[in-house]
Amino acid sequence: MATQRVVTATINGRERSFLCEPRQTLLEVLRDVLSLTGTKEGCSNGNCGACTVLLEGKPVVSCLVLAVECEGQSIETIEGIDTKDGLTPLQNAFLENAALQCGICTPGFIMSTKALLRDNPNPTEEEIRFKLAGNLCRCTGYDKIVKAVQDAAQRRCGSGCGCNG
Amino acid sequence: MPIVPPGTTTVKHHDNKYKVIGTRPVRHDGADKVTGRAKYGADTQLSGMLYGYILRSPHAHANIKSIDTSAAEAVPGVYAVIAGKDFPHVGDKVAELGEGSVRLAHLSANCMARGKVLYHGHPVAAVAAETIHIAEEAAKLIKIEYEQLPPVLDVLEAMEPTAPVLNDDVFTEEMGQQVSEKPSNVATHFLYEIGDPEAAFATADVVVEREFRNATVHQGYIEPHASTALYHGDGRVTLWTCTQGSFSSRQQVAELLEIPLTWIKVIPTEIGGGFGGKIAVYEAPVSVALSKKAGRPVRVVMDRTGVFLATGPTPATFIRVKLGATKDGKLVAGQAWLAYEAGAFPGSPVNPGCMCVFSCYDIPNARVDGYDVCVNKPRTNAYRAPGSPNAAFACETVLEEVCQELGMDSMEFRLKNAAKEGTRRSDGYVYPRVGLVECLEAVKNSDHYKTPLKGPNQGRGLAAGFWFNIGLKSSVTATINTDGKVSLVEGSTDIGGTRTSISMQLAEVLGIPAEDVQPFVVDTDSVGYTDITGGSRVTMATGMAAYKAALELRDLCCERAARIWECDVNEVRYHDDATITGPEGKVLTLKALAAQIVATGESITASGNTNMPNSSNAFGVHLVDVEVDPDTGKTTVLRYTACQDVGTAIHPAYVEGQMHGGAVQGIGWALNEEYVYDKDGHMRNANFLDYRIPTCYDVPNIETIIVEVPNPDHPFGVRGVGEVPICPPQAAIGAAIHGATGKRMYELPMSPPRLLHELLKG
Repeated sequence: MATQRVVTATINGRERSFLCEPRQTLLEVLRDVLSLTGTKEGCSNGNCGACTVLLEGKPVVSCLVLAVECEGQSIETIEGIDTKDGLTPLQNAFLENAALQCGICTPGFIMSTKALLRDNPNPTEEEIRFKLAGNLCRCTGYDKIVKAVQDAAQRRCGSGCGCNG
Repeated sequence: MPIVPPGTTTVKHHDNKYKVIGTRPVRHDGADKVTGRAKYGADTQLSGMLYGYILRSPHAHANIKSIDTSAAEAVPGVYAVIAGKDFPHVGDKVAELGEGSVRLAHLSANCMARGKVLYHGHPVAAVAAETIHIAEEAAKLIKIEYEQLPPVLDVLEAMEPTAPVLNDDVFTEEMGQQVSEKPSNVATHFLYEIGDPEAAFATADVVVEREFRNATVHQGYIEPHASTALYHGDGRVTLWTCTQGSFSSRQQVAELLEIPLTWIKVIPTEIGGGFGGKIAVYEAPVSVALSKKAGRPVRVVMDRTGVFLATGPTPATFIRVKLGATKDGKLVAGQAWLAYEAGAFPGSPVNPGCMCVFSCYDIPNARVDGYDVCVNKPRTNAYRAPGSPNAAFACETVLEEVCQELGMDSMEFRLKNAAKEGTRRSDGYVYPRVGLVECLEAVKNSDHYKTPLKGPNQGRGLAAGFWFNIGLKSSVTATINTDGKVSLVEGSTDIGGTRTSISMQLAEVLGIPAEDVQPFVVDTDSVGYTDITGGSRVTMATGMAAYKAALELRDLCCERAARIWECDVNEVRYHDDATITGPEGKVLTLKALAAQIVATGESITASGNTNMPNSSNAFGVHLVDVEVDPDTGKTTVLRYTACQDVGTAIHPAYVEGQMHGGAVQGIGWALNEEYVYDKDGHMRNANFLDYRIPTCYDVPNIETIIVEVPNPDHPFGVRGVGEVPICPPQAAIGAAIHGATGKRMYELPMSPPRLLHELLKG
């Protein structure tokens, strides 16, 4: 067992230090060290997207990031989405469009969608399908997920606040 | 506000009017699932918890000569190491799992090998340690001496008398009789016959016979299996697991480890997909055995490779189908021969395959033979309409060729021969009112059907599919709270929104909004026996339990009102708008009555328990347009319509969701998914990169047509919806590829290399 290192990173807006072994992935540390189990593990080799988080604002699969690489970085997980004022428009769009069945892939989809809509507030269906192709869902056939993302984009445009969560 | 999306149509064949049923409320468990707070199998954390790792066989077929675990046990941080010897020898009993049965000795040996490994990935030992990394490294120190045996990997080769035999306790059975003297890979021969097929084929003007191959495919749920066990020291066990059936898990673990059933509490976590694959236990008894030995709670989470190698995919199959029809387009005879790979132990879904192969049509003369065959691959298990898609691909493709030879439109041919009320299936069952004709007509009337194809290399395909939909046992308990809302506890684990569809049926009876019902999926100590979430049964059967509980709640409300008003209960009525009226114009709303519950007596609580009949008969018809790239053999799905008789759609959004999901799984099955083995029986693509399920970039929106021909056995007419949508896609896409290229495909998946091979033949 290798010596544990101290890593300091900004997690969901707050600077936190944690201990980890060099071989531990960000996913493992989020789930087993920091108890942030909203980030899900589906494959551990970067193919399913269930563990998607935002690292320095960019969507990454946290199973392919070593936790020690995150020193000084900012990480946002599904738990970092602020629901003090209730669910965000993006979360509500997923629920009202019935865009989840079992729900295991949902946190990953929400994180990927958050990045997608931030970079491209009015994506076409083609752009949505291309950008979300790294997130696998086996239940929904993607139909309602795509519609939820289109709906979420409308909500942001309509609200004028420039934010859909 | 819930949203009614474009691309969905409902065709009703009834006049029922409902207030709650047919609406689209937001699911009760939704908030937890979009905030990451819902707890799934791998999310269980207990004080002092250890991490379990399962060591798997590197060989497809081998005797285990010896296992030495001493080096692993000596690793600091290791608390327990177990192998086959740590599991009791269970007797020769059969466990019914809801969608198939299994001999307990085989189930036990599948969870942990005893003396012999039968497939690549077969568990041979397990380690519990302080971290998963310590457990994995310790497992590498376990010394196992194998004597390798030749594997058999193909269903037809395994049936040969010279084939290596996997199990020395498996003999061929036919009609309940053992017919082989020596152990055999062929576990069972099923046979169904009606009419006189031989004579009927002689009267046919057109006879087409073809042979079909289907690769092994996996359910592909995104959540790997996970169990956390706490052996309490006094022999009692608590087990947190992501399962399709908490009661089934309890029964299996009790039998496999010889623990009294009542001493095991199974707490079902949220479940990240199952599709039939999370019914049989795998890591659950391993976690319990590790916890018992370690004296600490142990969590075992499979990795994705383990899920592919060693859980229960649906089988590779060989199917031969022959159909005969007369010039006027009437099917007169059918014959089918189906051999399904069971994997390491008997129990493939060949029997339902036999019953489904001709299930969509009125074929008065038919013979169906089915064989359940062991091969050196993981023991297969249920996957969405288990056995039916393989059979449908064969039957529907032959039917298309019959139409081609007759020069008949295949929609008209299907309408002419479709199964309807009174049709006798080849296994003898006679259909009550069913909705296949209505589905065919709905597709015929659709915009998709009426819109011509637009370009070269495009084709359109049509196919039908069938699944029985099971009934079985469900239990709920409902309590009216003092605010007039209702707590509903149920035993059905919720994979796709059934908390809501069950709550809606309770709400409909009580005349309250769905949001006023608070559903809970509870553990095995907290609700009556409930069968698995599978077989498309939950909304129908657990919904029926909720219906019965709700009727009793209405009666109890009347009794309470009579007590308050000091009148005879026969003078009190519960009305559909949730008011209660009595003599002399007395009236109470449910809410007002509820506020008096505590002051006026005992709790108003009712249980509903059901055992529903095992066939609500669901049919689906799919229409698909594809474009084939002649240079690469790649097929792109351009437009897709899924139509199904669901009886009654309780929550249409989740009905559409089941149709979308099943259709897209079927698209993956048709075009890409397959287990790839080398000649030694090693699976070479046990990950999501190489076993590639469809992404959202691979598929279009799926248009849905919900047909409602109510199920006569259910108070709201529910038939169930989940399974049928995976049956038609393979054949529909095959027909579309034929339309685009002129090539008939007889092997699944119709992947680019396979299709290109056919195209290059010219």
